[in-house]
Amino acid sequence: MHLSVAAAAYAHAGHDHGPTVSDWVLPLLVLAVGAGGYLLGAAAYAGRRHRDWSSWRTASWLAGVVVIATALSPVLADQAAQARGHMVQHLLLGMLGPLALVLGAPVTLLLGATSSTLGRRVTRILRTRAFHLLSHPVTAAVLNVGGMFVLYLTPLYALAGREAWVHHLVHVHFLAAGYLFAWSIAGPDPAPRRPGMGMRVGVLVLAAAAHSYLGKLLYARAGELPPGAGHTVAEMETAAQWMYYGGDVTELLLAAALFSAWYRRASTSRRPGDDGLGGLLGGRSDTGQRG
Amino acid sequence: MPSSDTLDRPRSLWVCALIGIGLMAAVDEIVFHQILAWHHFYDRSTGDIALMSDGLLHAAELVILVAGLFLFADLRRKDALAPRSAWAGLLLGLGGFQLFDGIINHKVLRLHQVRYDVDTLPYDLAWNGAGLALLLVGVVLALRSRG
Repeated sequence: MHLSVAAAAYAHAGHDHGPTVSDWVLPLLVLAVGAGGYLLGAAAYAGRRHRDWSSWRTASWLAGVVVIATALSPVLADQAAQARGHMVQHLLLGMLGPLALVLGAPVTLLLGATSSTLGRRVTRILRTRAFHLLSHPVTAAVLNVGGMFVLYLTPLYALAGREAWVHHLVHVHFLAAGYLFAWSIAGPDPAPRRPGMGMRVGVLVLAAAAHSYLGKLLYARAGELPPGAGHTVAEMETAAQWMYYGGDVTELLLAAALFSAWYRRASTSRRPGDDGLGGLLGGRSDTGQRG
Repeated sequence: MPSSDTLDRPRSLWVCALIGIGLMAAVDEIVFHQILAWHHFYDRSTGDIALMSDGLLHAAELVILVAGLFLFADLRRKDALAPRSAWAGLLLGLGGFQLFDGIINHKVLRLHQVRYDVDTLPYDLAWNGAGLALLLVGVVLALRSRG
């Protein structure tokens, strides 16, 4: 914890010493624990089920771990004092990294790799009302995109620049909220009572719209926003464009993940209109494809 | 060769219209915003409400393109794609979006203009004329594809 705080302080205060060995501890720890835990799980899965765990899912998870470790490493920390580097860091931590992790289906792996007692315990948590509310696309979108509005439109951004622990909490929030959002929209993991396609597509569009709007707002008021940040107008304009187009890439990837899952499910349903898109396109209530 | 009883003409038309909308939006973004840099990322005369509706349209366009491509693959898989309805839908989508962009986005919301530091009238006429032409060809094809 102490070392990561030091790394964050370095990133924001722009100290004139170069990155030290200690700045690499957090990213390497993320790499080792994230990749190691998952690979152990995949080995246990193969042993228990007598068939290999999906190599695509493994590749996606490992890519996510690498993205997050990169975002936390001195490679980007050097840039993070600049508004653009900061934005790239947030895109990696809060959007691309979590999506890759979600597509790794860690809960499915956990259920397949461990004893049925643990599996039942996990399933019981997934079935609770609290979990259902927390993982609803609307909740996840508010936590994810709403969190960005709070960060960039309030003095929180400037505070995170001064206080390392605030900056660290912001990172944890970005990662957690990004994961929750990607999972609620396009997660392959089992989710009892998951809302249908209409709700998920609608929330994705609204969340992406709010994100695009925030990007343009930051561009339009580059001189004033984020309050007290002290970035130059040119710096902030570049960062806002990164935000806007980075959001587009994430939206495209999320939509592709969501619709490719629909495409695979729809292969079992032959009747037109019985494809889970009824509520979205025909004004009828959703037929409730459960992921 | 798909037999005529599996063809789904209305669905072929609107699925390809979605693709047309998404394609034209992508062309607009890639050619006019990025390559030619005629359109501006943000125009100082744009209001707050216009920025919000721009965000909504932009987000919807991306999802429409992805949804259209997967729905198209689904039609192919079910041998339900009616080619003439599909072409009609594509042109309706392309032209419809072009005209919508030229009138609503450029003129009503005033998000940005086709080009700056020039007289915009010939550009607007070309832009909206092209949209109208695509739309009309789409309408003719749609009428001829029935039955």
